[in-house]
Amino acid sequence: MLEKALTGSKRYYGWIAALLAVIGVGFACYLWQLSFGLGITGMSRDVSWGFYIAQFTFLVGVAASAVMVVLPYYLHNYKAFGRITILGEFLAVASVTMCILFIFVDLGQPMRVFNVLLHPTPNSVLFWDMIVLNVYLLLNIVIAWKVLEAERNNVAPPGWLKPFIYISIPWAVSIHTVTAYLYCGLPGRGFWLTAILAPRFLSSAFAAGPALLILLCMIVRKFTRFDPGKEQIQSIAKIVAYAICVNVFFFLCEVFVVFYSRIPEHMDHLTYLFVGLHGHGVLVPWMWASMILMVVSIILLVNPVTRKNETVLIVACIAVFVGTWIDKGLGMISGGFVPNPLHHVNEYVPTVPEVLIALGIWAIGFLVLTVLYKIGVTIKEEIAGLT
Amino acid sequence: MPNNKKMYDKGKVIAGLCIFVVMITFPFWYNLGKAAPAPEPKLIGKAAEAGQQCVESKEYMKAEHMQILNDWRETVVRDAKRIYVNSSGKKFEMSLSNTCLDCHTEKAEFCDKCHNYASVSPYCWDCHVDPKEEM
Amino acid sequence: MESGRRSFLKIAGLSALGLGVRPVIEVLASGEAAKPTVMKGENILTAKRWALVVDTRKIESEEDLEPMIEICDKIHNVPKFENKRHEIKWIWMEEFKHAFPTQEHEFLDERVEHLPFLTLCNHCEKPACVRVCPTKATFKRQDGIVLMDFHRCIGCRFCMAACPYGSRSFNFRDPRPFIKEINSKFPTRMKGVVEKCNFCAERLAVGKIPACVEVSNGALIFGDLDDSESEIRETLRTNYTIRRKPALGAGPSIFYIV
Repeated sequence: MLEKALTGSKRYYGWIAALLAVIGVGFACYLWQLSFGLGITGMSRDVSWGFYIAQFTFLVGVAASAVMVVLPYYLHNYKAFGRITILGEFLAVASVTMCILFIFVDLGQPMRVFNVLLHPTPNSVLFWDMIVLNVYLLLNIVIAWKVLEAERNNVAPPGWLKPFIYISIPWAVSIHTVTAYLYCGLPGRGFWLTAILAPRFLSSAFAAGPALLILLCMIVRKFTRFDPGKEQIQSIAKIVAYAICVNVFFFLCEVFVVFYSRIPEHMDHLTYLFVGLHGHGVLVPWMWASMILMVVSIILLVNPVTRKNETVLIVACIAVFVGTWIDKGLGMISGGFVPNPLHHVNEYVPTVPEVLIALGIWAIGFLVLTVLYKIGVTIKEEIAGLT
Repeated sequence: MPNNKKMYDKGKVIAGLCIFVVMITFPFWYNLGKAAPAPEPKLIGKAAEAGQQCVESKEYMKAEHMQILNDWRETVVRDAKRIYVNSSGKKFEMSLSNTCLDCHTEKAEFCDKCHNYASVSPYCWDCHVDPKEEM
Repeated sequence: MESGRRSFLKIAGLSALGLGVRPVIEVLASGEAAKPTVMKGENILTAKRWALVVDTRKIESEEDLEPMIEICDKIHNVPKFENKRHEIKWIWMEEFKHAFPTQEHEFLDERVEHLPFLTLCNHCEKPACVRVCPTKATFKRQDGIVLMDFHRCIGCRFCMAACPYGSRSFNFRDPRPFIKEINSKFPTRMKGVVEKCNFCAERLAVGKIPACVEVSNGALIFGDLDDSESEIRETLRTNYTIRRKPALGAGPSIFYIV
């Protein structure tokens, strides 16, 4: 089936070339980082994780969200999603690929990465994160590939695949839960030290991922002859609507606990993010933008009139995606490090090479996604007799 | 398949294969007859006086020094054991900078020469100091 | 507990055997009889749990603390960076409100308010950094010292996120050019690994107390918490001491007499 990725229009090749160019720039910056060290980033002794780990965290969510199309189809026999499960699974493959790359570029000694296997340490959450992410990647590659192949040959998927599909559902939840546990089990970091962190991660994931999936479905419909379907898009839109509501609700629960209890170690981080602390507040406008985007998207998505208008739906999905990205991809990680455990306020801003490396990884993700979607969509077109 | 003996684009395929084979074997024929002789590590000063005996025999050190150093760094850092008692009962402090380089004072002649020849670059010296370089 | 220790010893024995077997075979093959072994130095200072008391009554100003910091930086090849983001700190000074952020209040007495406090790795009883390390590059020794194995560290910086005392630093770049005078007896670090105070493990191994204690003029008391006859236990018995962020339960081994 891979050969389907090799033939395409000029536009397809143009897009691939553009992605490769971005990847090239990112790779050059990575080589620089490799020779100089992580000092070319904005990270510091106080904010020791930055943009890379934040992107990783956000993308684990996007990856996990594939479950939102897989679960209704396989567990509730919601037939409409049968058309698009592979779109969700391929999105998961691309996202997990990016996650693994983001962890890798964040390592100070990347050539020693296999020490994690050489000296396996079950008490480290990072060890478990490595396992759940890699298994999830494998599950999604195998499942999507086999289902697509079966569809192409007009036969039912092999029986042995079923258990893997069922496993992939809780596994999706596990990847984001374990990722939250990376942070919420750390004693001195009041911002993350909350049992609602994993639920928050999951709710924002199930909003951001499906919102991206809707946008991707729209793009597929516009540029190919395969239509993911109006009903399908509307059903995902409802999922996004519920998830973003739950996400904002969970956030408000956190805000209540923190500000009603008024425990400084928990309060200071949210204060820093939303109003600034001791005169520092680079993230303040971003965080408010994130809140506004989420609230606007709730209004647009919950109201059936606006949700059913596909143009408005696009706007709402972009708002959800950008809003949750700011929340997790900017605020969640550096917010936990400012102020530091000694209550010094040292802010973090990513540097240009750091952002370029991150963009390069996003481009790799989109390249993987483009190739996989090209294969999937071409086969769907063939089945429908459209070519 | 109507005719499975036919090869499409025969010319291009064979030409491509030839180019591939030539490229992949390039390092071999490019370096043909130019192989440098393997360097012999030089023993200077204290090391030369000791002759055939390092912390273990010369042959053993030749073959196993990387393993010994790897064991040493584990035991020193992780088990707090810093003394090595060799097979004839002699004691040495397990230290690259302070024991090895104390005898093998010429790191460039003793370590680097062979490592460069074998194209290995152990990262020992990223942290451990060659006392000579610092003086 | 007993069976836990027994099985640990078994595993340790087996793995030591595994490690040892290869050289042994080689030696036997080459016809020599005895097998090489490793041991601790004769003068090594041992303890069940090393700890430190900082007697701040004997400290008046930064000048009193500077020699302790200087000697540590010097013997451990700690670099000096202009760029604050790349800073490496093993032992340094903080104001009370930063060293003890949960215990600060506006009516603090003037001496304490302006007094510099010595901060360093707490060598915790239950270290969060050790718990999170994915490669056991940071580990707790049997004498209670929390140590870094720079050979093994992959630079993920999970330990820095986990440490509630900000005691860890990361080598954001090659530190060598920023070390004034390199002590060739002690390794420097390379870019991409985390480092911190090692309680002078290399000095304890040869029978010396930590360098900061040695130059402290009695302001620092170092000893074994397990030894009820030790000076440090006597000091703790007769003085009221506090520790940093006790509520977290990490069990710091650095005590402060305020």
